[in-house]
Amino acid sequence: MMASPEQQATASRSTKTDAKPKGVVDEIEVRGHIVDSLLLPKILDRILQMGGAFEIHECKIGVKRSDPSYARIGVHADTPEALDAIIGDLVEHGASPVHPEDVRAVPADVATAFPENFYSTTNQQTQVRLHGRWIDVENQEMDCGVALDVEAGRAWCVPMIHVTIGLPIVVGHAGIRVLPVERARESSPFGFMGSSVSSEKPKAISLRSVAESIRATRAEGKKVLLVGGPAIVHTGSSEHVAQLIREGWIQTLFAGNALATHDLEQALYGTSLGVSLTHGAAVEHGHEHHLRAINTIRRAGGIARAVASGLVTSGIMYECLNQDVDLVLAGSIRDDGPLPEVITDSIVAQDRMRESVRGVGFALLIATALHSIATGNLLPAWVKVVCVDINPATVTKLADRGTFQTIGMVTDVEPFLRSLAAELSSPVQGESSPS
Amino acid sequence: MTDSQKPRILMCPADYFGIEYEINPWMSVQKGTDPERSSAQWKALHQTLVDLGVEIDLMEPVKGLPDLVFTANAGLVYHDLFIPSRFRYKVRQGETPRFEEWARSRGFRIVELPAGENFEGAGDALFCGDALFAGYRFRSDVQSHQWIGERLGVEVLPMELIDPRFYHLDTCFCPLAPGVAVYYPGAFDEYGRSVILDRIPTLIEVRAEEAVFFSCNAVVVGSTVVLNQGAPKLTADLERLGYQTRALDLSEFIKSGGSAKCLTLRIDGEEAANWKSAATPS
Repeated sequence: MMASPEQQATASRSTKTDAKPKGVVDEIEVRGHIVDSLLLPKILDRILQMGGAFEIHECKIGVKRSDPSYARIGVHADTPEALDAIIGDLVEHGASPVHPEDVRAVPADVATAFPENFYSTTNQQTQVRLHGRWIDVENQEMDCGVALDVEAGRAWCVPMIHVTIGLPIVVGHAGIRVLPVERARESSPFGFMGSSVSSEKPKAISLRSVAESIRATRAEGKKVLLVGGPAIVHTGSSEHVAQLIREGWIQTLFAGNALATHDLEQALYGTSLGVSLTHGAAVEHGHEHHLRAINTIRRAGGIARAVASGLVTSGIMYECLNQDVDLVLAGSIRDDGPLPEVITDSIVAQDRMRESVRGVGFALLIATALHSIATGNLLPAWVKVVCVDINPATVTKLADRGTFQTIGMVTDVEPFLRSLAAELSSPVQGESSPS
Repeated sequence: MTDSQKPRILMCPADYFGIEYEINPWMSVQKGTDPERSSAQWKALHQTLVDLGVEIDLMEPVKGLPDLVFTANAGLVYHDLFIPSRFRYKVRQGETPRFEEWARSRGFRIVELPAGENFEGAGDALFCGDALFAGYRFRSDVQSHQWIGERLGVEVLPMELIDPRFYHLDTCFCPLAPGVAVYYPGAFDEYGRSVILDRIPTLIEVRAEEAVFFSCNAVVVGSTVVLNQGAPKLTADLERLGYQTRALDLSEFIKSGGSAKCLTLRIDGEEAANWKSAATPS
């Protein structure tokens, strides 16, 4: 005997329609006389009744009645708690979890390198099983290893460069589970945007959603990160960014030597790469302004000193220093000067950025491909990322390198920033301005 | 074991029977039982079985083990194998060494279940034809049934019990012969009911008002069914199928959640079990 027609229908229907994975997944197996006793359809039904979904990964049916059958089933649920509840219930009906082992770690034998067969992280929330309990991996970051402190019951992402000899590093895949970020729901302000990159999205709605997300992030007490390229200054958007900083919407700023230099050039000469931002035309000997600005700041002892002494009285850098924004300027090989605050050791810069992304709830990546990708690599998948660029390739690249949660807006940055500053400035009903 | 062709049943006198704890909805320490009445009822059952030609194997009762009288929960007998119970509740766990001792003394090979799995013997595992019907949730774990199925090489059909009053399978399901059984549908979920309906062609449904008299908890000897009184409809249904019935007063044992079947363990194979007529496996 097999399942009754209705039960068979239920099972096959759910296999198809509910195969779409939900948030958290674990595997169970069930063996024995599970077909004729209807235990298999019952287990599948219970998963659905308890709000989960399933995928049958393997199923072997016994030939004779006395032959046991076997099924390996992926169980999906929205949250780890819901998954535990479902699996706890299924155990009562004869199912057993497939991965009951603890995570395995071996001490690093070479400094700044992982042991062979190390587990390579993603930016998704990850848990490891230690002494039978699932614990969160801290400082989630893609392309790292996982270090383990068995006694303290802690696990964290560790970049290759920071591996010290003897540090226990997780190897293999046993005892590791990944909790994928839930796809945005229809009701979420981000829901409508999807992940596609297009210049033909309704900009006003997109913009309002970005503004709402920034407000929500601040309301949750999390930081907003702005990663900006020099085009912000070229396009004449400095003042909009300065306003966002002044009004307390940005807590962290990542940039290179260029954004800071152009911003300071504008503050000192009113030009960006020699082009007047008021007239839109190149000024005489304007091309020298760029280097002269850097030289002035270097002579003053750095950006902070130039602002403190009253030499610089406007612009993005000025507002950052006034508002105590966490500013990380990372250098590159083509930097002029560079400005004294620019970190020229890229490993040091990476670590500073790594520290600064902790507590970030929303990242706005504007007109900079390499800094955006670098930042994307450091961010866990649950941080919302909006990438604004005139070039769709920047957004695509970011997503291709694993920061799949990115929402792209292909647009000129100036109108975007102008509208965003205006949107955030206008008070929302029932809310006060940010602290 | 003896070579007798007589039906053989294990019983344990009710000398120390009483209600000393509460592990099912029938038990009430406050109400308790009447030792004289329970002793008389047990003796009446014993005599009825003897009259039916059953050879009774008696176990020594033990003070402090009031439920030792329910020998159906001793374990599962299969040819010369005996799988001792692993009781869920600590208060009954002291019975296992006694039952093991008995089985060893009668020449059974003892097969131990893996540690940590609950299994309450013939209370939750009954053969009907070739398949072992098994109850789980309240007392036995489904894993233990699956393990037994693999160990014995028989098909096991675990069925979830959903009504705490019918906490063992033998309180709501009674195989009479291969393909013939009595059951109370309300004790099973729809899957369990489907399994029974699909696998047993001749079924007698016990009504709810008679099921509470433990009507399913009956001893089958040949074509005679020994059961607690208070089930006239079931009696009529059984008679229609050609069975004779012996209704006894077992009310004192029902106060503890047991009746005729619970007080007996068939050692030579239930009437409905095909294995009793099959050759002993190697």
